[in-house]
Amino acid sequence: MKFLTVSGPPSSGKTSIILKVIDAFKERGMNVGVVKFDCLATDDDTLYEKKGVHVKKGLSGALCPDHYFVSNVEACFEWGKNLELDILISESAGLCNRCSPHIKDIMAICVIDNLSGVNTPKKVGPMLKSADVVVITKGDIVSQAEREVFASRVKNVNPKAMIINVNGVTGQGAFELSGFLFDSDEHETLKGKKLRFSMPSALCSYCLGETRIGEQYQMGNVRKMNS
Amino acid sequence: MQTAASSAIEELKIRELLEKYPFVKDYFDAFGLDDYADYQEKTFCEYIEYLSEDFLEENGLEKGALLESITDLLDTMETEEQEDVNSITIYGGKDKFGNPENIKLNINKGEVVCIVGPTGSGKSRLLADIEWVAQKDTPTGRLVHINGDKPDKKWRFSIEHKLVAQLSQNMNFVMDLTVEEFVKMHAESRLVENPDIKVDEVFNLANELAGEPFERDTQITSLSGGQSRALMIADTAVLSKSPIVLIDEIENAGIDRQKALNLLVKKEKIVLMATHDPILALLGNKRLVIKNGGISKIIEVDDTERRLLPKLREIDNKLLEYRNRLRNGEILDGVN
Repeated sequence: MKFLTVSGPPSSGKTSIILKVIDAFKERGMNVGVVKFDCLATDDDTLYEKKGVHVKKGLSGALCPDHYFVSNVEACFEWGKNLELDILISESAGLCNRCSPHIKDIMAICVIDNLSGVNTPKKVGPMLKSADVVVITKGDIVSQAEREVFASRVKNVNPKAMIINVNGVTGQGAFELSGFLFDSDEHETLKGKKLRFSMPSALCSYCLGETRIGEQYQMGNVRKMNS
Repeated sequence: MQTAASSAIEELKIRELLEKYPFVKDYFDAFGLDDYADYQEKTFCEYIEYLSEDFLEENGLEKGALLESITDLLDTMETEEQEDVNSITIYGGKDKFGNPENIKLNINKGEVVCIVGPTGSGKSRLLADIEWVAQKDTPTGRLVHINGDKPDKKWRFSIEHKLVAQLSQNMNFVMDLTVEEFVKMHAESRLVENPDIKVDEVFNLANELAGEPFERDTQITSLSGGQSRALMIADTAVLSKSPIVLIDEIENAGIDRQKALNLLVKKEKIVLMATHDPILALLGNKRLVIKNGGISKIIEVDDTERRLLPKLREIDNKLLEYRNRLRNGEILDGVN
């Protein structure tokens, strides 16, 4: 089974892009599935269902969404294999811009949008910097100059990635993207594979439910701002 | 493999690296490597050894990955060379019912080609085929050649070689910058030799196109629709490397459309314009009629059609005059 991890800041257009890419995969006669990871709520699963693809949704709730992702991704992969999918796509938002769901050897896509501003590429961590494909969206509503500057700044932080502009509304570019993803490798299992980048360590009293503010309540991995 | 880039990174001191490749400064900036200035006399490889584990973890970086990405960056910049696009040729594929298009369309630089057809007729697909330099591998089966030949892969995969620059009605400026800062940023990202000269050129041209002049220190987000369009067109004409400019209508307010087209033609762009405005359509050399996902007809604009132009302009000017009178608070009378 082919497996893709799609990540990107909230509202960058991940779901729209995946929906358009699914159309192109289906034209190629592929059996497609999507796992949507989110925090509190999502309606995207119904959008995928409407497309007639297999959907699984995971809400991390009170847990760090990226930690939740790693703990569940293998089971999702097995779910896809049991359904005999040709391709499984995982969608997750990189909420703090520091985590990244990308796995070594697995095709990694980061979706980022022109509206987020030309300084965004340097603010996004491994999710962007270690992706194989960077999809830039919302190019239809900003000027050509901003598009060019944005793309060159993406290239600056990830020179190796294939950078492609896709319009999530009209689908322009989605077919081309799908062709590139179609050529990605087949995988038997995720067991033993590694994340491309370690997740930030967070283990402090607030992780364990502390709500009070004040020095005496802070324990574990706590750090102070430089004064 | 020992490339020019990897040996540059091994051998050159950071000071020398910056002199030879000024864009490396942006690279340092993008990765938050703010203290590079303190290590001017070290090589890049030596410098990253000074980065603390805390700093790396904090910023989601790894030494190996840093080394790899700067090498890739230099590599891709090294191989960047300009190739002029003098013409594109589109060999027809099929429409959405599978009927063959039976066309071969050659467009040379400096030509203006209009595209007409109802919404959903396949204009976006045609433009996508051109942008992706289709090689019979898109749903239409079209084939696109550049300069009469099978194109190099770079036209697909390298952001320095984007074939198509786009300008459409929905486009806006979103950054908080002045006109001058904005154009300068674009010029710098393109690594042009003398950014300031280019900035002057864009600014002056944009003001020639715009109905109402604007200043260098005007915020781009507060430009009027016509001024924005004028700045976008001047900027694309001068600073965009893309040889093809795709325009989705130019509204007839606050911008001299004929001058705008002339500018793009003078800058040797291939201009594709989706429009249903009769004046713009007659300013083109050819007109493609799109129907059911295919190019159903290619019309050469001839003198018979162009004979209508003066009349259309007259109507246009009349409307414009009424609009201006409204703006000035006048009463419109039905006599003149």
